[in-house]
Amino acid sequence: MQLTHSKKTLRTMLLTAAVSAVAISSVSAETLRWARAGDSLTLDPHAQNEGPTHTLAHQIYEPLIIRDMSGQFQAALATDWAPSPDDPNVWVFNLREGVTYHDGAAFTAEDVVFSIGRAQSENSNMKELLNSIVEVRAVDDLTVEMVTDGPNPILPSNLTNLFMMDSGWAESNGVVEVQDVEGGETTFAATNANGTGAYKLVSREPDVRTVLTQNENYWGIGQFPLEVTEIIYTPIQNAATRVAALLSGEVDFIQDVPVQDLDRVANTDGLIVKTAPQNRVIFFGMNMGAADIANDNVDGANPLADVRVRRAMNMAINRDAIQQVVMRGQSQPAGMIAPPFVNGWTAEMDGSVSTDIDAARALMAEAGYGDGFSIQLDCPNDRYINDEAICQAAVGMMAQIGITVNLDAKPKAQHFPLITNGETDFYMLGWGVPTYDSEYIFNFLTHTRGEDRGSWNGTGYSNPEMDAMIQSLASETDLSARNATIQAIWDDVQEQQLYLPIHHQVLNWGMSDAVGIDVSPEDDPKFKFFTMN
Amino acid sequence: MLAYILRRIFQSLIVLLAVGFVAFAMFSFVGDPVDNMLGQERTQADIERLREQLGLDQPFIVQYWRFLEQAAQGNFGLSYRQGRPVSEIIAERLPATVELALVSGFLAFIGGVGLGVFTAIRRHGLLPSFIMTASLVGVSLPTFLIGILLIYIFSVELGWLPSFGRGEVVDLGGWTTGFLTASGLKALILPAITLGLYQMTLIMRLVRTEMLEVLRMDYIRFARARGLTEKTINFRHALKNTLVPVITITGLQLGSIIAFAIITETVFQWPGVGLLFINAVQFVDIPVMAAYLMMISVMFVGINLIVDVLYFAIDPRLRIERSVGGH
Repeated sequence: MQLTHSKKTLRTMLLTAAVSAVAISSVSAETLRWARAGDSLTLDPHAQNEGPTHTLAHQIYEPLIIRDMSGQFQAALATDWAPSPDDPNVWVFNLREGVTYHDGAAFTAEDVVFSIGRAQSENSNMKELLNSIVEVRAVDDLTVEMVTDGPNPILPSNLTNLFMMDSGWAESNGVVEVQDVEGGETTFAATNANGTGAYKLVSREPDVRTVLTQNENYWGIGQFPLEVTEIIYTPIQNAATRVAALLSGEVDFIQDVPVQDLDRVANTDGLIVKTAPQNRVIFFGMNMGAADIANDNVDGANPLADVRVRRAMNMAINRDAIQQVVMRGQSQPAGMIAPPFVNGWTAEMDGSVSTDIDAARALMAEAGYGDGFSIQLDCPNDRYINDEAICQAAVGMMAQIGITVNLDAKPKAQHFPLITNGETDFYMLGWGVPTYDSEYIFNFLTHTRGEDRGSWNGTGYSNPEMDAMIQSLASETDLSARNATIQAIWDDVQEQQLYLPIHHQVLNWGMSDAVGIDVSPEDDPKFKFFTMN
Repeated sequence: MLAYILRRIFQSLIVLLAVGFVAFAMFSFVGDPVDNMLGQERTQADIERLREQLGLDQPFIVQYWRFLEQAAQGNFGLSYRQGRPVSEIIAERLPATVELALVSGFLAFIGGVGLGVFTAIRRHGLLPSFIMTASLVGVSLPTFLIGILLIYIFSVELGWLPSFGRGEVVDLGGWTTGFLTASGLKALILPAITLGLYQMTLIMRLVRTEMLEVLRMDYIRFARARGLTEKTINFRHALKNTLVPVITITGLQLGSIIAFAIITETVFQWPGVGLLFINAVQFVDIPVMAAYLMMISVMFVGINLIVDVLYFAIDPRLRIERSVGGH
């Protein structure tokens, strides 16, 4: 390492003319050149509910409440919020005074009413998070009341990615409606932005380069470091190229560092890697609801319907081996399908699993499958970190208890429809919890599949008692009673072995050592918190 | 002549329609765009509403027909991924790919002809055998590996050239060019070499073989007997006669350089149509995939049509044997 660097210095000195141009452009202290794998899909803050899109929007627009870099609530456009003392169905938000949009217009309660309404409209992708809101009222310029269809104790969690847009700007630019993909027209809001955030949009070429500059009228000046004055955001899709760009000093900050390159980056002078658990758990689901499953060799019965088989499969998975070999240490073995930040997670449940092949074999024999069976495992190959490799490891582990697994790995665009359409018997899925509450997990993954809930429950599991408990969470205001219900549901999920947890993903950010920031669990850097040396 | 050309154009149209048909038949296997377009919180009702809106609930024949109807009016729809008109996106991206293809085609031609002539004239010696061996490596190494190797050497270790992107570009009324800035030119070097290396070794081997053939001809011997200098013989007589097939091949290869720039563009994050296509495949952005595939097939069919017509003009035999259509 030392040798190559001194060589590099020598060559740089020799090639003064050619290289100095590059060197000068890379020294400017306040500009942060940022790269990640994907680009934001649109600047319209309500059109897409997707990570990279929200991350860019967070620099330009602001919600009422944000999560800081450690995942805790922090006041943004609302200074405080609480349920109304008079009516349990109402939340009252006091808004920040003196906030202006980038074009100079004032931020008022009217904009909150407009923005929530816009996000609830048919073409919005954010509307499911706002299902419980029946009315938003502007009490005065700086007070807003949100009326829900029953008491909703976790409403603030649903608002942390819900950005506020100026109603006047939206009207004068014809973007009151969220873009309709099939509408035939591109909208002004998809390519322009006017928020209250710490950074203003300077230029944007989708998939190529987005430049932001600091908002000199930002309300938070003095409260946040705000040491980054300019952001140049470049999506670099190919992982090796992204790492090379960081190594060569062409970018200062990258997300999505591949696990095999972590040491390389960390051992390079002037670069550091920061690591933290991500808000995402990886697990396998099993189709236990069907009377007979298609892709196995057992006729007239579904081996996965037997809880003993599911437990045996859970015991057969060697999570430590996956962590050490497949993930090179970059994961946390999991015993439950909730990330550690989430309300309802307990260390006890998360640490409850251990590999025990003999006990697993005994359970298989007891269930009548001592000779095993064969089944197909569906796995994505471009969604999670080393997803296909994890599945390959699982194939070998299942073979130890007599289960012959045929692995079918495909791109995510083909994999996920299998789960939502109920066409897979054994599948991998990862789940992040933006609300930081177990209810979100139960709603999507363990509730009976139906109109409003259970859309990602590919297990076919249906338990009316559990469904009733899950539904009660939405309106239970007594937090200790609510937490007791959450615990009861988890006990059931664990007892029934509805899923086979694998691990919690770990996030890696690579950066120049001039950049000071800790990794956020949602993989969403907010640059107003960054320091630059 | 006119009847021949009309017949060729008619045949080309059938080829285009067939390409579109196969493409649309395959789109249903690429995956479901709806899953990418809606977040994980979407309900079944959302999925059905969007599928209906986009016409994805229709059989592919109907989808294809709707695409043709729209395309005939110059409307290629909105990208599912970016929500902007496909024609606008492709127009934005095309300059990057065309410039890269031209530069790498030019490099391949100059380098290929130069090395080909050199190795033909000097058939023995250390350097020519080294070049011949190296050319084998160039033909057999996959593009992405060459790209990563070049990035490692010239960006990471030496720090001379950028590892990604197009550098600064100048907008000339809808056509963005990287030719006018220093960073734009620098950014072109590595991708152009990566993309052109295969073509260069191909042209080099072609030139060498042709040249060796020509050098054995009687008129070269007579030229020597007349006492002409080696330089005149090699470059004025031999090379000229070698170039006819080489130029034909190079022209045809330009099409494939554009079409196969996909990998190079992905490795270097080069913002051209190839990278656009890869993103579209991952997102199942059907309007972009359809428009890209049609564009590439129009290009190939167009080049072949021009070549056929040129042959017809040059070669009188084709005018007599009416049954022969092209090569």
